[in-house]
Amino acid sequence: MDVIQIVVIGLIATVLIVVVKTQRPELALLLSVAAGIILFLLVLGKIGSIIDIVRDLADRAGIGSIYLGTILKIIGIAYIAEFGAQICRDAGEGAVATKIEFASKILIMVLAVPIVVAVLDALLKLVP
Amino acid sequence: MGSSIDLIFKIAGVGILVAVLNSILKTAGKEEQGHIVTLAGLVIVFMWVIELLAKLFDQVKTVFRLF
Repeated sequence: MDVIQIVVIGLIATVLIVVVKTQRPELALLLSVAAGIILFLLVLGKIGSIIDIVRDLADRAGIGSIYLGTILKIIGIAYIAEFGAQICRDAGEGAVATKIEFASKILIMVLAVPIVVAVLDALLKLVP
Repeated sequence: MGSSIDLIFKIAGVGILVAVLNSILKTAGKEEQGHIVTLAGLVIVFMWVIELLAKLFDQVKTVFRLF
């Protein structure tokens, strides 16, 4: 049922964007941003429940919650950066989009470094 | 989630209204007012979109426990 709602919202928004784009391109861009946000808000609740299930499984399996937390953060950063970069690319600003993506890669690297260090420590312990 | 689709119609409505007003003002010879109307429409739509963006980022923060 939800998928029909999502497709309908997407189609209506696209048609309206094309209508508005001829006269007011900036408003068309804002309309596409709003449509993107609305579509994602619809499924955000489901993503939240999936993440809770994964968290429960991780706790049961005994995986450190630090690692799962970092992975979730990285997914969140990646999503927001991709959201912004795609909007900038739609508006024709490829340079700004690549800057956003570059900055978000650095942020993800910063988050990933502790895990890499932990893995290396574990490996070094194995080597006699 | 009917409220979400309303926002899309509102923004499109503002866009079309601004376009029509501009053409009317152009024929009436008041080109400057046309630009002001465009600016006003843009500010209104910006307020809505920024409010929506704030809502999105808050929910993403809670879901992904970002901060």
